[in-house]
Amino acid sequence: MSGSVGIVKAQRAAFERPFRFRSGAEIPRFELMYETYGTLNAARSNAVLVCHALNASHHVAGTYAGDPENVGWWDNLVGPGKPLDTDRFFVIGNNYIGGCFGSTGPTSVNPATGKPYGADFPVVTVEDWVAAQAYLADHLGIERFAAVIGGSLGAMQALQWALAYPERVGHSLVIASTPRLSAQNIAFNEVARQAIVTDPDFHGGHYYEHGVVPRRGLRIARMIGHITYLSDDAMMEKFGRVMRRAALGFDFDVDFEIESYLRYQGDKFSTYFDANTYLRITKALDYYDPAGDFGGDLSAAFARARAAFLVVSFKSDWRFAPSRSRAMVKALLDNRRIVSYLELDAPGGHDAFLLEDPRYHGALAAYFGNIEL
Amino acid sequence: MKRPDLEAIAQWVKPGSRVLDLGCGDGSLLRHLWLQRQAHGYGVEIDDAGVLASMRNDVNVLQLDLESGLALFQDASFDHVILSETLQTIHRIEQLMREMLRVGREAIVSFPNFGHWRDRAQVLLGRMPVSEELPHQWYDTPNVHLCTLADFEDLCARLGAQILERAVLHRGRDVRVLPNLLGSIAVYRVSA
Repeated sequence: MSGSVGIVKAQRAAFERPFRFRSGAEIPRFELMYETYGTLNAARSNAVLVCHALNASHHVAGTYAGDPENVGWWDNLVGPGKPLDTDRFFVIGNNYIGGCFGSTGPTSVNPATGKPYGADFPVVTVEDWVAAQAYLADHLGIERFAAVIGGSLGAMQALQWALAYPERVGHSLVIASTPRLSAQNIAFNEVARQAIVTDPDFHGGHYYEHGVVPRRGLRIARMIGHITYLSDDAMMEKFGRVMRRAALGFDFDVDFEIESYLRYQGDKFSTYFDANTYLRITKALDYYDPAGDFGGDLSAAFARARAAFLVVSFKSDWRFAPSRSRAMVKALLDNRRIVSYLELDAPGGHDAFLLEDPRYHGALAAYFGNIEL
Repeated sequence: MKRPDLEAIAQWVKPGSRVLDLGCGDGSLLRHLWLQRQAHGYGVEIDDAGVLASMRNDVNVLQLDLESGLALFQDASFDHVILSETLQTIHRIEQLMREMLRVGREAIVSFPNFGHWRDRAQVLLGRMPVSEELPHQWYDTPNVHLCTLADFEDLCARLGAQILERAVLHRGRDVRVLPNLLGSIAVYRVSA
């Protein structure tokens, strides 16, 4: 039967070499946080890299000693007997470069100044994240991943792996994603960024020195994000017009449950997430466009890929709607690549990729089960 | 493979060819074609259970609605485009047939023959037919467009499509005499 990977421990890999970003900026050294679950086989052929989306981290599965509440963000997928079965695969979670969970990012100390990078940390891209992950793969002695998997922004990394390192990826699982953001997607990101940079506590990104964080901006950014993660139906189902107080208040405090939920999510997020990282992640999303170098021709961009693909979309996801996934499937078909595509009629919206749906998890279990090691 | 039409279809698929199986169900035809003919390709299926079963059968499956066409597929990108026991469930058959002939060099189509004498007899007796091939009651059936051999051949003529080969079966045996009356399953190989 399926179970938990149990108590896990985060690890740190240090790279005493410069890292050059797509922008041309460089940092002299960097560190990446990661966790592993399962055992790397003798042939080193069973490694699966899990890439996280916006607010998650390297903590994919299990719990930490003394902190049983802190369950990994994809624990329903990863574990012994689970769809991504740690009895068979060696699974690696990582926090991307520029993140705020221990990998080198804006909160890290800049060796040149002895102070946190803050605003001076380079703008990161999906390409940068994957390039840094390749160093981590080298560090772990993994020449080729059996699979790279991610949802949303994590799926962009899974895709980028197949494009940047075609010989190093057996299977790419691209879930609830898009090969490029739409104007509407970028617009939402820009509102989130404006909320942060116009917060009086932002101080041009050097807020650490002032002993403050732009909490109000982060809160609003997170509230906007949450609206786009849920479908209209899912939100109505979950909250409806349920009231928080006995009667309408005729003021601007919380009347409805949904307001309370968004405020709670915003408050929680603003206590643990770094605003400079948030800004950079939204830019990474906006900039990602593998077809950009090919005059917008996605099929030409995908010609490099050698991996087999599983593409998954959810009908209620209006952030990255199924049509975006179908565009990727078409580009793969045009190149005669191995691809399967799931378009699930699931109600969860964009966040459906994190939920446990028997059709979704059944398909992932079947797909992983057929991967030859 | 239990269904006799699938045996007939498999015999027409040349080794190593590229196939697209529309309405692939659990993917068993594609699996059979891969194992027996090293023919590879993709299945298209809309039903969740079919998609999952196809994935378990380790065939490439795409969860798409055939009614919205085959826009994801390039012209002449397959040797065979197969539509087995699915034609009768399609709303816009003419459009789908044109699409099949666009993306494939050949289309292979199988369907239950509504001209079979038992179906005719049931209609004569004033009832919608229920049979081995058409087990559904009229009020609860996925079938929306039933046809006979003669009807299908008329459609091919209308589309300007050439019938390359035809197999007519009843209970797994070839029917050579009075096929539109004695055959319960028809399998056609058609090109543009």
